[in-house]
Amino acid sequence: MDLSLTEEQQLIVDMVRRFVREEILPLEANLDPDADELAPEDYERLVAMIKDMGLYGLDTPPEYGGPEIDLVTRCLIAIECGQHRAGLYAPCYYVFGGARQAQLFEATEEQKEKYLHPMLRGEKKFFFGLSEPSGGSDPARAIQTRAVRDGDDWVLNGTKLWISGADRADFGLLFARTGGPGRAGVTAFIIETEWEGFNVRRAVHTLRSAKYATEIELNDLRVPHDNILGEEGGGFAIANDRLMRQRIPYAAECIGIAIKANEMAVEYSKVRETFGAPLSQRQGIQWMLVENEIEIRAMKWLVFDAACKADRGDPFRMESAIAKLQCSELAGKVVDRSMQIHGGLGVAKDLPLERWYREIRIRRIGEGPSEVQKHVIARDILGAGLR
Amino acid sequence: MAVRMDKTWTTLNVETVGKLAAHLGVYQLANDEGEILFIGMAGGRTLFGLKGELQKALAEPPPGATQFRVEVNMAYRTRRLELLQAYVHDHGGLPAANTDIDESSLGRLRPS
Amino acid sequence: MDLSLSEEQQLIVDMVKRFVREEVLPLENDLDPDEDTLPPEQFAKLVEKTKEMGLYGLGIPPEYGGPDIDITTRALISMENSQHRAGLYAPCYGAFGGAGLAQLYEATEAQKEAYLFPTLRGEKKAFFGLSEPSGGSDPARAIQTRAVRDGDEWVINGAKLWISGADRADYGLLFARTGGPGRGGVTCFIIETHWPGFNVRRIVHTLRQALHATEIQIEDLRVPHDNILGAEGGGFAIANDRLSRQRIPYAAACLGPGFKAHEMAIEYSQIRETFGAPLSSRQGIQWMLVENEIDLRTARWFVLDAAAKADRGDPFRTEAAICKLVASEAAGRVIDRSMQIHGGLGVAKDLPFERWYREIRIRRIGEGPSEVQKHIIARDIIGAGLR
Repeated sequence: MDLSLTEEQQLIVDMVRRFVREEILPLEANLDPDADELAPEDYERLVAMIKDMGLYGLDTPPEYGGPEIDLVTRCLIAIECGQHRAGLYAPCYYVFGGARQAQLFEATEEQKEKYLHPMLRGEKKFFFGLSEPSGGSDPARAIQTRAVRDGDDWVLNGTKLWISGADRADFGLLFARTGGPGRAGVTAFIIETEWEGFNVRRAVHTLRSAKYATEIELNDLRVPHDNILGEEGGGFAIANDRLMRQRIPYAAECIGIAIKANEMAVEYSKVRETFGAPLSQRQGIQWMLVENEIEIRAMKWLVFDAACKADRGDPFRMESAIAKLQCSELAGKVVDRSMQIHGGLGVAKDLPLERWYREIRIRRIGEGPSEVQKHVIARDILGAGLR
Repeated sequence: MAVRMDKTWTTLNVETVGKLAAHLGVYQLANDEGEILFIGMAGGRTLFGLKGELQKALAEPPPGATQFRVEVNMAYRTRRLELLQAYVHDHGGLPAANTDIDESSLGRLRPS
Repeated sequence: MDLSLSEEQQLIVDMVKRFVREEVLPLENDLDPDEDTLPPEQFAKLVEKTKEMGLYGLGIPPEYGGPDIDITTRALISMENSQHRAGLYAPCYGAFGGAGLAQLYEATEAQKEAYLFPTLRGEKKAFFGLSEPSGGSDPARAIQTRAVRDGDEWVINGAKLWISGADRADYGLLFARTGGPGRGGVTCFIIETHWPGFNVRRIVHTLRQALHATEIQIEDLRVPHDNILGAEGGGFAIANDRLSRQRIPYAAACLGPGFKAHEMAIEYSQIRETFGAPLSSRQGIQWMLVENEIDLRTARWFVLDAAAKADRGDPFRTEAAICKLVASEAAGRVIDRSMQIHGGLGVAKDLPFERWYREIRIRRIGEGPSEVQKHIIARDIIGAGLR
């Protein structure tokens, strides 16, 4: 057992940390408080830097051009990338590139030519269309969007909700019911947003600033049979291993803002005086900082445990659920305490805390809400005994 | 964020508006000389945020409006109010096309 | 001991509850999610109704035209009239009328003529200028704004921060240091916002948009000596009883959105299905609702205890601090759980939760942050032994 970083991991961490401080933070000082994009010139320039670092395409498998890094290193990078105002939902304003669309790597060669490769080259944008008004946490049951075969095509009708980026995407993955109820009745289709019958009804605004959601309407959308990804009825059978792995750096992303918020709180508590003494002298405040420190470390160890198991090829489903649950919840607590230590300034847009506070709240719901994570963990603990 | 918006202006046309995203925030319309004609907001009830509002402005621009700039800001109400109040302070009255605002309900700012 | 509402109290509670549900809630379907003002005609209609109810002018002492109700009834009303989206910082969009600043009721007759009465008639608006960049939770020490005597006038220089409504106010109370450090060196001045030297520099954007805060710079502001409210050096000695009392309905108001959020969560949990069953059949969800129920009932009793002691003329400082602390924190937890039960919908601007979530967060800081309330309570528990 070796709980220390390798030399290479430390080098990468230092490199990314320096990048965030020297390149991202100065740009961010001049961006709108709720921005989630860089100006195109800045974006291009920084992407070139990341490519030079050999880190572009963080979630792209090495065989498709992504960096050859293990999951632990991926998580270390995730922790660093998030340490700025937009860092939770727009880490480094996406300059590390990368394909979160795990399923596309299982596509046919023709589908990869048409969709995956242009996306990896940065030419096209993608959306992921799973959730519906009828449900997001149990899509296998909830999906009501129907696809009916008609000759060489399928005709899709239905509604999708909470779909980020659909208004600016070129194509996306859309899950529709082709068969009976439950998991095995759902098929994944690749659809192009220009096609007739695909309509983004509205942007759905929430607590978070970056990556607003959308509501999509499908009205007799015709999709060629060849655009089925995987098997008919196999919508949930694609890329499960990849999807589970991605959950771990997704959890790690919460840690960056917690670290930064706590750092700010520690500094502020030393300089801010009330009732004749710096905040840092009050035991109540000290204990808040202690809780922050312990929770940040706890998040890291739970993420590393899951990542190590995944890297070793051991089962890691429970660990990944625990990491997701704890990172989303504990990061929220750390941000909340750090905000409280800043008093009124903590809720003002002058500081990044209020944005972190709003955005981290959503992490307890997206990608499987805490309650579902607990269910997964309970099932793994109790096994067949779970009712 | 300074009290007054100080970004460069973008020409108001189909291409530039097409590049906007549907974020919430505030925007300004100006004439060729960069004089502000309208200060508006894209709030929580809009279907397409700033993109939607600028599309409307493109379809029916106030007389002389040829340029725009936006600020992505979830505090769109108070930010619009601040911009309007700063404008009144600087110019003695509302922007020419802000007939949607009751000046008497505006507060008074004296920005530095 | 009678813990039940009197007939009259029950009547009033039912009346206000009906008013909010039938007159205020329907309006919110069309308003911006962060709205805090109604169009004049709608506002006038609501005011007509609150006057009919005999409740217009809540918080105005009866001898100045306000309704003759005790603090307990006042608190019960506050729990009801905040049960809508804007309810925390703009209860019923101001239709119950404003109260005028507590200190003004101790003003001289001339000052009341010039400032209080026009405010009560709705002709003028006031701001309360206490907090500064140097501190908000310990103003007695933190105030650096200085007032220096010059003939019949005082010349004031300094800065104020977090001052709600200063940009729209006609006049306000400004606390400045006329003497030495500490409480006894601060004087309260009534100043008019159009006087040269009074500059509202900017709006401070925060998590909430209603009742927005401002930053003020005061440069050689000349104030007539007659505009001192109370005695020189007596800035913190005015209206302390009234101020303490106000803390109770302020705490009660936190509970309104809590009650409403909880009501919505109970309903939603019964109709929303995931994994083949309504949320309400899951014990985890049931326990969240149980915690909501207990949190709300507990906070309500603390508020009513403080109100009852205040009405009886008993000391209530500890009780006021406890109810402020408990209500602000309990309401935050209830809103958070209720939001979680609503899944993605809970964070969308389609529903009121996300606004309540942002606004209730501020209640843990304003009017004495939780940490200061704990200090007050500790001091009362431990007494002279407190170090």
